[in-house]
Amino acid sequence: MKQYRTHCLVCTGTGCVSNHAFDIKTALESEIIKQGLKDEVTVIATGCNGFCERGPVMVVQPENIFYQELKEKDIPFLVEEHFLKGRPVEKMMYVPPKEEAVIPKMSDIEFFKHQLLVVLRNRGRIDPEKIDEYIGYDGYRALGKALTEMKPEQIIEEVKTAGLRGRGGAGFPTGIKWGFCEQAEEDTKYLICNADEGDPGAFMDRSILEADPHAVLEGMVIGAKAIGAQEGFIYVRDEYPLALRRINIAIEQATEYGLLGENILGSGFNFKLNVVRGGGAFVCGEETALIASIEGEVGRPKPRPPYPAQKGLWGKPTNNNNVETWANVPQIILRGGGWFASLGTKESKGTKVFSLVGKVNNTGLVEVPMGTTLRTIVFDIGGGVLKGKKFKAVQSGGPSGGCVPESLIDLPVDFEKLTEAGAIMGSGGLIVMDEDTCMVDVAKYFVEFLEEESCGKCNPCREGLKRLKEVLTLITQGKGEAKHLEMLDDIALLMKEASLCALGATAPNPVLTTLKYFREEYEEHIFQRRCRAKVCKDLIMYRIIAEKCTGCQRCVKACPTEAITGPRSQPHNLEESKCIKCGACYEVCKFDAIAGDAIYIE
Amino acid sequence: MEFTKEEKQKVAHLRTRYPDARSLTLPLMWMIQKREGYVSNEAVDLITEELDIPKIWVDEVRSWYTMFSEEQEGKYVLEVCSNITCAIMGSQDIIDHICKTLKLKVGETTADGMFTLKTAECLGSCGTAPMMQVGDDYYEMLDEEKVNHILGDLGKGKKYEQQPQEWVEYK
Ligand SMILES: Cc1cc2nc3c(=O)[nH]c(=O)nc-3n(C[C@H](O)[C@H](O)[C@H](O)COP(=O)(O)O)c2cc1C
Ligand code: FES
Repeated sequence: MKQYRTHCLVCTGTGCVSNHAFDIKTALESEIIKQGLKDEVTVIATGCNGFCERGPVMVVQPENIFYQELKEKDIPFLVEEHFLKGRPVEKMMYVPPKEEAVIPKMSDIEFFKHQLLVVLRNRGRIDPEKIDEYIGYDGYRALGKALTEMKPEQIIEEVKTAGLRGRGGAGFPTGIKWGFCEQAEEDTKYLICNADEGDPGAFMDRSILEADPHAVLEGMVIGAKAIGAQEGFIYVRDEYPLALRRINIAIEQATEYGLLGENILGSGFNFKLNVVRGGGAFVCGEETALIASIEGEVGRPKPRPPYPAQKGLWGKPTNNNNVETWANVPQIILRGGGWFASLGTKESKGTKVFSLVGKVNNTGLVEVPMGTTLRTIVFDIGGGVLKGKKFKAVQSGGPSGGCVPESLIDLPVDFEKLTEAGAIMGSGGLIVMDEDTCMVDVAKYFVEFLEEESCGKCNPCREGLKRLKEVLTLITQGKGEAKHLEMLDDIALLMKEASLCALGATAPNPVLTTLKYFREEYEEHIFQRRCRAKVCKDLIMYRIIAEKCTGCQRCVKACPTEAITGPRSQPHNLEESKCIKCGACYEVCKFDAIAGDAIYIE
Repeated sequence: MEFTKEEKQKVAHLRTRYPDARSLTLPLMWMIQKREGYVSNEAVDLITEELDIPKIWVDEVRSWYTMFSEEQEGKYVLEVCSNITCAIMGSQDIIDHICKTLKLKVGETTADGMFTLKTAECLGSCGTAPMMQVGDDYYEMLDEEKVNHILGDLGKGKKYEQQPQEWVEYK
């Protein structure tokens, strides 16, 4: 390969692309040619760097300089200053919130400093559409080792030693699961990679497929060898076009290189991979529903046993793992199960990728060793709550998870600790909520989501969700009664006990955790008709603070229903009966004269 | 309605991939939705006939999966994520703004057939919320101004911003 003095790693993950990353890349390339640097500086399009919040971003190697929020018009200046004259441009560097001095090096930025990249090790470093770059960073070496030096039992043993647990939600030990399927006495066996990611707030699987698809492929071929499967299916959510594209390219290239298909690496082992596109149903992430969906049926979960390891796809033994689980496998084989087991906590080994989103300064994907505290993730890596507001909770584990309150912020995050707190690890979405988030509303949100997504097969889930939604809606509308709290508990218990699959059985979790940690918010809604976060429209009232209003008429213009009137330079009038509580006046008011206030009903 | 020659080749290829015909229901439906924009009753008949399976199986797939639509939709289907992260980052304002600008309600199509507005569950872009998906393109960190640009440009038949090469289609 050709050697360059400087490498510009331009992020072309979805976030940056939607902020014109491809224009930046084109501009860089043409400017580099224009300034005669084409033999010294190269531009590489990489997968998601993780720091989407500041996109489009670029890292310049070997100096490790991090540039953010790039604009096309600044590119000529940047190329001239940095690449020609050797003076990195401070103007485009990262400044931490509330500080002034820039941090030039990526490795010094808090967002990156606390992270440990195993699964995401290639993010922002290689072009995911070029297999050579993956190979350049030890890619497919683990596969070579597994195919030529290891017996299937040894591969499974290594994964058991590593203590790898499924990253798809339930955390089942991967080595043990592989063992079940390996034991099944059938000639035809299948593998599945579950990329139907649908947990609200989670997008690590999408990013892994976008940034490093070969890691997933390599993991799967190794797994196939261990289990004795000849064919595999990657079930990708339909709404992930870029991931679909990259995984297809990766399969093509790997097949061309003899790393997939017939007689892999001359070892006599055959394995074929297909991509299946999902139909946009959350419940298809559940493995029996997913199998039904590949078979062309609607995605309704089936009772287990039989487990897929005995009777899966088309009745054959099938092993299903999550994208992130597969992506961990090559590193375990290459560096040894012992190395992997040295990371993390007693019961949860390795690292976990989290998507940090919501009211937090630095949103994006973060990978940290298991056992890292929520505080480190939200405050050190995430840079704290947006706009200096007060932190309220972190929602973990999607709709089967729960809200972890501020009092538990020092919780070390692993499978056990999160479950103890009433939340779950889930797929790793962490949604940060601040004082402006109403916890009753959040619970209602998840219930509505699940009501939409419930497959409708079993009664407890279908009807239970409907009832939960009714009760929560009454509470948010200010029609709550004392008995409602008890009803929520009752419905939740019934659903937990009687639902057919985990969707229904875990569906009450968001309600139960908010009831447990934020009961006073429920009580305020019910007994005081008050929503402290000012979210529930029926419980707030807008009024004008006469002492502060200067009569500037901005709100008069903004109000869509003409509820605000009044002559210029005099305190305005807000007619409550016309007010639709849209908040437009609140947004435009420059004098804090309009405040959303809680109503008290006698 | 019929499959084109090219599509027929794809069907033949897909048949080699699955041990039974029913498994082809979703891929074939994708193919038709991609070409026609929706899955009509004739399309259901076509698939039923091609795969030689009970019609109810095909019908059920069409109505059960949210990604298949039974009616002609606008040229651009705006799918605004209304899930939790987008919601706390202000997706309702975006939806209201689109409704006001295009004079329609969620689920409706503009009279000129250009736009359909829908809401979607989490599209895995929560780090850059609020967001919407139009076809294969993501539009993120939306605010009213950005939405105006997007709608303006799409209305003129061009994309709001340069996007990477066409995504490869279903293989
Ligand atoms: C409603 C529901 C949705 C699920 N969604 C996903 C998903 O999107 N991705 C995933 O990997 N697992 C999902 N799971 C878990 C799978 O059933 C299965 O446990 C997992 O894919 C196994 O892989 P692992 O052992 O590598 O974690 C879901 C489970 C349920 C009940
Ligand atoms: S919540 Fe909107 S993309 Fe995830």
